Amino acid sequence: MSVPAASAMFASCADPGTLDGLSWLACYLTSGKHMAFYAAFGTVLLLLAITAPVALLFGFGGAMAARSRFWPLQWLGRAYTAMVRGVPDIVFFLFVPIALDQGIEWLRHQVKCPDWTEPVRRGSDFVVCAEAKLPLSTSAQWVHESYGFALAVLAFAVVFGAFAANVLYGAMRAVPRAQIETAEAYGMTPRQSFWRILVPQMWVYALPGLSNLWMILIKATPLLFLLGVEDIVYWARELGGSKTQIYDYPHPDWRLYYFLGLLVFYLALTRVSEAVLGRVTVRLSRGQATLAGESQRKATQ
Amino acid sequence: MSCLQTIQDYALRSVGIGERLLPRSDFTLCEQVTLIGSGMIWNVYFGFVALAAGFFLATAVALARLSPVWAVRKPAEWFIFIFRGSPLFIQFFLAYEAFVLLPKTGIELNLIFIEITADTRWLTRAWAGALIVLFLNTAAYSAEIFYGALCSVPKGDLEAADAYGLSGWARFRRVVWPTMLRLAWPAYTNEAIFLFHATTLVYFSGFPAWQQKGDALYYASYFADKTFNPFIPYPIVAGYFILLTLVVIGLFELMNRRLNRHLAPAARPRLRIRPQVIR
Repeated sequence: MSVPAASAMFASCADPGTLDGLSWLACYLTSGKHMAFYAAFGTVLLLLAITAPVALLFGFGGAMAARSRFWPLQWLGRAYTAMVRGVPDIVFFLFVPIALDQGIEWLRHQVKCPDWTEPVRRGSDFVVCAEAKLPLSTSAQWVHESYGFALAVLAFAVVFGAFAANVLYGAMRAVPRAQIETAEAYGMTPRQSFWRILVPQMWVYALPGLSNLWMILIKATPLLFLLGVEDIVYWARELGGSKTQIYDYPHPDWRLYYFLGLLVFYLALTRVSEAVLGRVTVRLSRGQATLAGESQRKATQ
Repeated sequence: MSCLQTIQDYALRSVGIGERLLPRSDFTLCEQVTLIGSGMIWNVYFGFVALAAGFFLATAVALARLSPVWAVRKPAEWFIFIFRGSPLFIQFFLAYEAFVLLPKTGIELNLIFIEITADTRWLTRAWAGALIVLFLNTAAYSAEIFYGALCSVPKGDLEAADAYGLSGWARFRRVVWPTMLRLAWPAYTNEAIFLFHATTLVYFSGFPAWQQKGDALYYASYFADKTFNPFIPYPIVAGYFILLTLVVIGLFELMNRRLNRHLAPAARPRLRIRPQVIR
């Protein structure tokens, strides 16, 4: 099936068959599908922008739970932080979205269709009533796509939250004990000393681990492809595959070049992140009772 | 069908021995455990071979990175940056596409007196192609670890070696290298664990599973797709990997003891899994 030429961006691209050389390439790289490919880079950055704070929140909750004196909560926090140690993360990426999906649908099923008598799991099928389906089968395409994306974000947040919980738990323990003791001596309650003394000081200890985590998060984003989101890997495979004469822009198998492009994108992202995180480290070390903070103090004197 | 029969049929399915057809309906727990366990053969193969071969390349790259010669140091730095700075997932895709583009008939190598044909088709198969990627990837990560350890070899050790008249290869073999390994070992253990975890990516990236011979996660997702029930196969994979992780830690702990045997027991570092090295 030929892609309609109406998707062309420039008027001169209306008939690609007549083009050659650079003008062919310019028209090829601005076709409708390529625009979707470029937009997919935005999807990746959006995923990073949403996941990082949510995962940090999950991690903070996990680390707080692991420190709790109430043992079921402590046990829960410990289990959450331990879960990523022995099991490959990709198992969670495959497991969490469908488990969440089925869990939500099952809950909605219980609420919306209480008089449904047949079991939900029938042999090899998972059947809930039509009203409990999420998203509803009548919803628009974009609802389906954003629901898939939201599940992916949640899966990333759960897994990276567990990593972050590990880092933050370690950072909370790294804050010198004397600081907390001083706070207690001033008559602060445990809650006050946690929020006013421990939390502001722990970030400098958490930063090496968190920057490492950010690098890992960047490198985990191609896994979106496995979750069925139309991300850059999806489009690179789609656009790069060899196109026969029935297409507007026939070309041989170019997937290698598309993946080279993705490689460069990720390398650049890594380089930029390294530079930014280096600056953040310097900023956070200011005024801290650490070697880096001390050497900054001496340099400015 | 009894469980024993299932084990006979499917225990070696992932390497092509036993029943050819995968179970299609009425999946039993025994079938899932056996087939997923059979897939673990590939995870262990990829992890073990890549780690063993990558160790030597990593040592060489770490030494090259420490070299004062620009032409030696720069390639090592770029090698490490490229493999550590990009996702393994993309590296698999890229390698597969590159291997596919190689001529199917093989490459003619003209060696003046004799002409040989190098067969390239096997590179597109996971057992070789994915192994090469994993090998290079773990070499880059380990090289960074070894480089860090080389930088922190105590100055006193080197001066002692000089005092004993050791130099060149003898000094490296007897003083620098053992100390480097000792210092790097906890981090290297981590790297090994996460390399084994990374092997699950092989059949989800460019490399197709030929004749449904896949790794543990391949079979687990097969079952999850067929039964719409993720709550059985994925926990089975998780269980297998926790076991594998414990075995890896056990083996590395043995080596750790050997590397630190000259130290006082209290001074010996203990191995801890810090989940910071995935790719």
